Amino acid sequence: MRQFSFSDLIFLATALEWTFLMAAIALAFGVPLGLALALARTSGSTVLRLVASAFVELIQGIPLLGLLMFFYFGIPVLAGKDVPTVVAVGAAYTIYTAVFLGDIWRGGIQAVRQAQWEAGACLGLSWLQQFVHIIGPQAFRIALPATVGFLVQLIKNTSLASVVGLVELARAGQMISAGTFQPLLVYTLVAAIYFTICFPLTTWSRTLEARLNGAR
Amino acid sequence: MALVEIKNVRKNYGPLEVLKGVSLDVEKGEIVTIIGRSGSGKSTLLRCINALETINSGEILLEGQSVSTSMDGLRQMRQKVGIVFQAFNLFPHMTIEKNVTLAPILTGKTDKRGAKELAFSVLERVGLADKLNAYPEQLSGGQQQRVAIARCLAMSPHLMLFDEVTSALDPELVGEVLKVMEGMAAQGMTMVLVTHEMNFARNVATKLVFMHQGRVWEQGDPKTLFANPQTPELKSFIGHHAR
Amino acid sequence: MPNFNFRPLWRYEDQFIDGVLTTLLLTVSATAIGLVIGIIGAVVLRSGPKSARIGVRAYIEIIRNTPALLQIFIIFFVLPTIGLKFSPIQASIVALSIYFGAYASEILRSGLSSIPPSQIEAGLCLGLTRWQVLSRIVLPPAIRNIYPSITSQFVLLLLGTSIASQVSADELFHAAGFIDSRTYRSFEVYALTCGIYFTLVVFFKIVFALVGRAVFRWPTRR
Repeated sequence: MRQFSFSDLIFLATALEWTFLMAAIALAFGVPLGLALALARTSGSTVLRLVASAFVELIQGIPLLGLLMFFYFGIPVLAGKDVPTVVAVGAAYTIYTAVFLGDIWRGGIQAVRQAQWEAGACLGLSWLQQFVHIIGPQAFRIALPATVGFLVQLIKNTSLASVVGLVELARAGQMISAGTFQPLLVYTLVAAIYFTICFPLTTWSRTLEARLNGAR
Repeated sequence: MALVEIKNVRKNYGPLEVLKGVSLDVEKGEIVTIIGRSGSGKSTLLRCINALETINSGEILLEGQSVSTSMDGLRQMRQKVGIVFQAFNLFPHMTIEKNVTLAPILTGKTDKRGAKELAFSVLERVGLADKLNAYPEQLSGGQQQRVAIARCLAMSPHLMLFDEVTSALDPELVGEVLKVMEGMAAQGMTMVLVTHEMNFARNVATKLVFMHQGRVWEQGDPKTLFANPQTPELKSFIGHHAR
Repeated sequence: MPNFNFRPLWRYEDQFIDGVLTTLLLTVSATAIGLVIGIIGAVVLRSGPKSARIGVRAYIEIIRNTPALLQIFIIFFVLPTIGLKFSPIQASIVALSIYFGAYASEILRSGLSSIPPSQIEAGLCLGLTRWQVLSRIVLPPAIRNIYPSITSQFVLLLLGTSIASQVSADELFHAAGFIDSRTYRSFEVYALTCGIYFTLVVFFKIVFALVGRAVFRWPTRR
């Protein structure tokens, strides 16, 4: 048995990089995909709407842990070759992020009144111009609080990547706890790190929400 | 003994004194309208009568009894005093019948069987007996306000308070509510109203009270006061509201 | 083309069923206890003394801003060091209840404050007691207002119970791990497991929609 030491702190810091990296990957790929899903679900095409909605329902109906396992074991089976863990995990978080952001943004787009589309059309703008100049900015403002709120969920949920062996913050905590037999200290510390990252985001989200409600 | 005796009542919100020593009597069967600019304290005075606002000093007697501060005493009093609000405040999750019969049943004034009859009779008085099974959201503003009146009538109140009950209504719906109130007046109900309806104040009310800056500025017979206001404030107020 | 083989999984039907039952047990117990916590939390937030309000706020913020996985670890691994020993199932129920309670507190609080004070006033003016006003006038529309968020929180909890597998509570996800270790059919096992979760979610969503439609019949604005 060993004591909790400075090197453990370094280890936690390194693991924290993975936590951030997973969140960054999820956002980098999940944001465009989420936008596509939101647009598909608000489009005029019934087929597009149904397919996108079914996909969102499906992913929101399975645990993130299941999604992780599905990709972790599924990509090698489907692709026929092994891929690095980070790719499989990244894919799972990307899908997860895309679906939840897509749902939030669909809500934002639908909260903008139909008359705004019509006003844009009356000015002779194309569909894309209507979205970029008129609908998008308003929807963004409406959906921003929930989007920031989702960021908190995402960061917290990167902890589940520990299950397939990715050494992010939670997994690092588990390892140090097992090595030092000081679960109270280690887990409290790890929880405090998550809290330090998430709480400001939650507060920000709430401020945005209050400002939005005030402006309405 | 007057039905309501208001004696030198003062009320303040923090440093702002909204009632600066108000005294007023309401006799049984009287129809008292309180008029005045917004901020003159008229709605506050009305809300003090059934203790929706607590007063800082003075006394309010109802049928000779001081308004109790105990929850039980307050409830007993409120069962005898009906109040109708500007915003109707019907219960959205109940049918019109349930809205009207909820309080009579819960306070033991009637059993469930009698409740249906009661609902029918009070709704008939406001001309809405055909709406028993509708929900508030399915009615127009004027109809909702008439239901709110019927809800009070179902408790057979000794006194009815009306707090700007036509202010939230579209102009074409005001008449039907005033007609119901005139009907109640004709049947001898004691009523205190805060209102902007000058015709009602002039032609139906038996007493006019003009409030200004937290005080009863003038009171008396409506027709006399309208024809011959004693103070420049009432004169200018009538000038602004005359049609 | 990979070849899938779901056949070996049939032998583990019992494990799957037991797993589902345990998952439901975790979900339902944590919802029930969490709702009680939520009711207390919401009432304190609305009308408790200041110190209690700060306490509840802190509880909500701590739970909502840390991973549930860590919360379950702390209950299962840390509490025994101060003499509170739980079985995996007990630890999971405790952790998930505390977790659900934090979200429920916030949802219920917003539900209560969604009812305009004028409704309470109208009830009091009819001579009703405070309890009658709360139960007859405030709660029915408040419950309707929170119904969508509380039911979707239930679904999130149902899916979230899968983390109980990490302290080896033998719920559905843990059963999947066990069957995986026996059959080496990882992909098939987890595909089927996800399918079971999805079926449960769809089932509950349909039930909630039907119940909602049956109970909340009165028309609302918009």
